[in-house]
Amino acid sequence: MRSASPGMRHIYGWLLLTPAAILLIAFTHYPTIATFIDSFFSKSSAIRPSRFIGFSNYDAMLEDPIFWKVLFNNLWFALGTIPTSIAIAISMALLVNRSLPGQGFLRMAYFTPTILPMIAVANIWLFFYTPQIGLIDQILQGIGFSGHNWLGDPNTVLGAVIVMTVWKEAGFFMIFYLAALQHLPKELEEAAKLEGSSRWYFFWRVTFPLLMPTTLFVLINAVLNSFKLVDHLFVLTKGGPDNASNLLLYYIYENAFSYFDPNYASTLTVVLLALLAIIALLQFFLLDRRIHYR
Amino acid sequence: MSGVRVENLVKQWGDFRAVDGVSFKALEGTLTVLLGPSGCGKSTILRLIAGLEFAESGKVFIDDQDVSTSDPAKRSVSMVFQSYALFPHLDVRENIIFGLKVRKVPSAERVARLQSAAEMVGLDKLLSRKPAQLSGGQRQRVALARAIVANQPVCLMDEPLSNLDAKLRAEMREEIHRLQRSLNLTMIYVTHDQTEAMSMADQIVLLKDGRIAQIGAPAELYDSPSSVFAAQFLGTPPMNVLSKKSVEGLCKTTKSVDFLGIRPEKIQLSDNGIPMIVDAIDYMGAETVLRLLYQDQRLIVRIDGKTQVSIGESVSVNWDPIDCHGFDINGNRICDSY
Ligand SMILES: Nc1ncnc2c1ncn2[C@@H]1O[C@H](COP(=O)(O)OP(=O)(O)O)[C@@H](O)[C@H]1O
Ligand SMILES: [Mg+2]
Repeated sequence: MRSASPGMRHIYGWLLLTPAAILLIAFTHYPTIATFIDSFFSKSSAIRPSRFIGFSNYDAMLEDPIFWKVLFNNLWFALGTIPTSIAIAISMALLVNRSLPGQGFLRMAYFTPTILPMIAVANIWLFFYTPQIGLIDQILQGIGFSGHNWLGDPNTVLGAVIVMTVWKEAGFFMIFYLAALQHLPKELEEAAKLEGSSRWYFFWRVTFPLLMPTTLFVLINAVLNSFKLVDHLFVLTKGGPDNASNLLLYYIYENAFSYFDPNYASTLTVVLLALLAIIALLQFFLLDRRIHYR
Repeated sequence: MSGVRVENLVKQWGDFRAVDGVSFKALEGTLTVLLGPSGCGKSTILRLIAGLEFAESGKVFIDDQDVSTSDPAKRSVSMVFQSYALFPHLDVRENIIFGLKVRKVPSAERVARLQSAAEMVGLDKLLSRKPAQLSGGQRQRVALARAIVANQPVCLMDEPLSNLDAKLRAEMREEIHRLQRSLNLTMIYVTHDQTEAMSMADQIVLLKDGRIAQIGAPAELYDSPSSVFAAQFLGTPPMNVLSKKSVEGLCKTTKSVDFLGIRPEKIQLSDNGIPMIVDAIDYMGAETVLRLLYQDQRLIVRIDGKTQVSIGESVSVNWDPIDCHGFDINGNRICDSY
């Protein structure tokens, strides 16, 4: 390489880039652009081929009550899962960060939900939620309450999915908080203790602000996850009853593969991507300047 | 009387005794230095006094109150940590008044105390900087200001200068000493650097393996070290300690000593003395350190200015027997040694 002419160096450069570039273009850029284009075309059928229809798909989407329903479901789902799982993750991390007997076991126990396959998690919770014979109903009946069809009732189904998601995510986020906590110097707490600061005060004044970079990272992950959830719905509810637990990505999946309307699915996908982009930008610009990075 | 007194402190980790029966008294308004090699338990003693650790046995008295089981915040001590323990996300101002806010000091008083503490350490222009935007010396000053602003009669410092370069260290050493005297603080200062100890201390507590090797004023430790360890820990270059074998020829001893100590600056080059070979010469400007060989013994000699001798030459050395220190086989001082 030392003797290569500038022209040759260019070629080498491109050759080295090509494999990665091909993969990136074939599996990320091309599909994104194709999706964007598809959203401006009509659904093709046996008698009518697909044709350009401008914003008609978007108009139809705005008229589609199910779209609005899944969008709000998604909002509730995000609001229900994110703050709770972050709060639980921080609490668990603070707990296992102290030197306790059985600390290693505790850390592993908290992390277990994360390493289980999604489908297995969903199956476990399917058993918990099953009417009459499920774990929750058995306990409720044991203490004298009547059972409830948690996943069959439109009023409780989204809550049931939220609880399961929190259970799964809190342990995962805890690992990040635990790593961050172990990097905080012990002297900070000691210095505060000498001044008479309570644990509570120290947490809000020092620990929590210093964990903000982790919180931002976890927050972005949590938001992405709340829009990415498909597998649990697939096993537990199929989005029902009456779309009460349907979320945006699952609705896209239904449109593409159950109703065979890839163009409407593309339209919804474009909206999903736009939403994610806006959220990511907001997080970076609003939160980032208030975060202390070391 | 806000002195500090510790009695028979013992701190153990598993079977390992980090602090093993330590007692000493630090009088009000004085500076006591805990000195010793790394790992001898200095920090542990300081943390026991602060209440950040609790002793297996023994007592800590502050202002004649037994505080052995009190909460750290109630012991009227402030502390400066080796790492400074500044809150990285808070600016200098908030770092300094952190404790005042915790203790709910009214804001007018807070401002006044902040102002005077910041001026005392020369930080008044840097109050809105974050710790990351400060130099090592400036961070050190923030840590000092935080201790000053607390207005506690007892101040504990754990190797506060060890992260600074040599020049800054000398400067801050003086500054800490000045503050200690002007605020009449009872200060307990931990260091492994004997220069710091010698130049600042009213009293040195010399430690070895969790036990006290010697307590006294710097001059006492220097002039009559109680053991070979103390003799060699204080002073640069350290005291020469020669074994008995060579002692016979070098000193006309009347008592039986096993080791003989002589400080490098007490040795003179002379015409009639013991002949030795020059092994190395360290020229330092104001003084020169000669490393000499005598049979299998090494001897360090410090002389003023420059020397005419060169490596490999033979020189004769001599000293006044009154400057000799005698030690027994266990390294303990034999008082009347010559
Ligand atoms: N939390 C701890 N757990 C176990 N051993 C410790 C702990 N803290 C200190 N030690 C041990 O106690 C001894 C004295 O430590 P320290 O007081 O920090 O020494 P120094 O400050 O004099 O260097 C060392 O051998 C150290 O390894
Ligand atoms: Mg130490």
